[in-house]
Amino acid sequence: MNYFTLPLEDWTNDFVYDWLIPVMGGFFDSVSSIISFFINGVADLFLMIPAEIIAIVFILLAWRLAGKGIAIFTLIGTLYLGSVNLWEDAMLTLAVVVVATFFSIIIGLPLGILTAKYSILDKIVRPILDFMQTLPSFVYLIPAILLFGLGEVPAVISTFVFATPPAVRMTTLAIKQVPEDMVEAARAFGSTSWQMLVKVQLPVAIPTIMAGVNQTIMLALSMAVIASMIGAPGLGSTVLAGISSVNVGLGLVGGLGIVVLAIILDRITQGLGNKNKK
Amino acid sequence: MNKILVKNLTKVFGSNPKEGVKRLQQGQSKEQILKDTGMTVGVNNASFEVKPGEFFVLMGLSGSGKSTLIRLINRLIEPTDGEVLIDGQDITKMNKNDLMQTRRKKLSMVFQKFALFPHRNVLENVAYGLEVQGVEKSEREAKAQKSIEDVGLKGYENSYPDQLSGGMQQRVGLARALANDSDILLMDEAFSALDPIIRKEMQDELLQLQSKLGKTILFITHDLDEALKLGDRIAIMKNGEIVQIGTAEEILENPANEYVYNFVEDVDRSKVLMASNIMKKPDVITTWKDGPRVAMKKMEDAGLSSIFVVDKDKNLKGILTIDAAIKAYKENKWVEDVLELDFHTTDPMTPLSDLIGIAAESKYPIAVVEENKLVGIIVRVSILSGLVLGKEQSEGMKE
Repeated sequence: MNYFTLPLEDWTNDFVYDWLIPVMGGFFDSVSSIISFFINGVADLFLMIPAEIIAIVFILLAWRLAGKGIAIFTLIGTLYLGSVNLWEDAMLTLAVVVVATFFSIIIGLPLGILTAKYSILDKIVRPILDFMQTLPSFVYLIPAILLFGLGEVPAVISTFVFATPPAVRMTTLAIKQVPEDMVEAARAFGSTSWQMLVKVQLPVAIPTIMAGVNQTIMLALSMAVIASMIGAPGLGSTVLAGISSVNVGLGLVGGLGIVVLAIILDRITQGLGNKNKK
Repeated sequence: MNKILVKNLTKVFGSNPKEGVKRLQQGQSKEQILKDTGMTVGVNNASFEVKPGEFFVLMGLSGSGKSTLIRLINRLIEPTDGEVLIDGQDITKMNKNDLMQTRRKKLSMVFQKFALFPHRNVLENVAYGLEVQGVEKSEREAKAQKSIEDVGLKGYENSYPDQLSGGMQQRVGLARALANDSDILLMDEAFSALDPIIRKEMQDELLQLQSKLGKTILFITHDLDEALKLGDRIAIMKNGEIVQIGTAEEILENPANEYVYNFVEDVDRSKVLMASNIMKKPDVITTWKDGPRVAMKKMEDAGLSSIFVVDKDKNLKGILTIDAAIKAYKENKWVEDVLELDFHTTDPMTPLSDLIGIAAESKYPIAVVEENKLVGIIVRVSILSGLVLGKEQSEGMKE
């Protein structure tokens, strides 16, 4: 099948080293400092607030949104994180997840709304989303390091790339799923497109959109270990330390920490979606 | 002026609708166009007018194009060809803004599946039309409150749609349409999703509301009984075309073609025919000045055993039986002293079905009275023949 030689490797490297880094370096530096500012701010905030208060907030949220059982689980889970001395790591991971999710949502939701409205945009965006979701994350870790250096910034960027597609897709689906007769009713009473969106489509779509947000958070968490390979601090680095020193116990301790955090965040955001349904 | 005037309205769905219209104008059939071009004719050259305050019903089976037609009127679906004049203004030529204003001020719609907004309570649902117009909150809620009371939902303002029964949900749908204070109500199979008892109740209330508020109503249904009950005039649709327009009477008595005939064949005539359709001109009347002798003579001539008595202005005074007339004659009394007052009266609009029971228990003919004046009489045999003959007339037509 080797009819011609495709020098994709050389082209990409030429593009990255000869143009992207020298020409666009300044741009990436400023992006980097903005993200860094966000993530440090959030991480500092989480670390500044006493662990007990954060735990109580989580327990209350779980109790209000997901019921007594999840509240008890949250209590046990937060006690676990403290007892294995992973609270700080958990907060750093949470900071990466929160910032990455924040960017995923502020970009994913409007994009999802637009693709629901304009099918031409949908045709363009869909393959890009496929690309983002299926390209092995290691592949874009390499340029992420080159452009943003090591640490939490490339971690947030690659987490964003991995976690944004469900936010876009579920928003598009949610808007398209709003029953046709409600849209017709809104039109028949003389709504503008904007009124239709904010008064009818979005409120009706919220439960499905929240399911997308929930998926975004879960995917962001699942990137924690991979992100730690490029120097992101947090629970992932504990797991990575366990892997590199073949320390089964340390791996399990860190891994369980991620699971605990994942379950708490999942149930709380699911509860948020269900609450909106009622 | 007509409230709604629809002229040669056509809708073709497909890749090149104008081509479809051209083919229709050349006389090609809907099936031929579908076969040749793959395009579907939704509505073909429909014309009708709705007068102010009129209750106009569009009736047809599913797929007849009636739901498309009603959506062409407020342009939820874009017409391909033809005109729709709302208060004399052609909605098909309006720009986006004028169209929006017309929808806000002149046309309100009620939907088959209610189409309420699940995240809004009853009050907020009803106030929606005013809210998008930018009406201030206190004012729009006051207006919404009034239409909620008009449809009998007082006390449910803070309920959510999923807490209400189907009938109540459609009352909310109706209130939402009324709150806008537009003259025209477009009702798309508004009662079709309701069970029969609730449905009848809603029909009665809609008729009451209409007589109170004087709305112009364009109502769509697939149910002929509903059409006959509600409509001042009825248009029957088939395959995207209007095949007959007329009052319930006209359609029942003279179905335009076999399609309409097949529709009306099974109608319970007793609900459609009214007292005025079967009453007879009172054969003989003795005026107030006639004495018992004249009355006896008239009864004898007409072969009757009783006769209604009216005064100079035709006001009904009572009924005189032959026995009473003889008695008055022998005892030299006035007719007014021996009148029988124990007879049944009805007004001309009473349906036949309500008369059957009365006729069965009444000794005398039923007097049809309008504003106290005798306009006709109904004898038992007229009721029976009204029920039977109508049926035979339509059967004759089929052959």
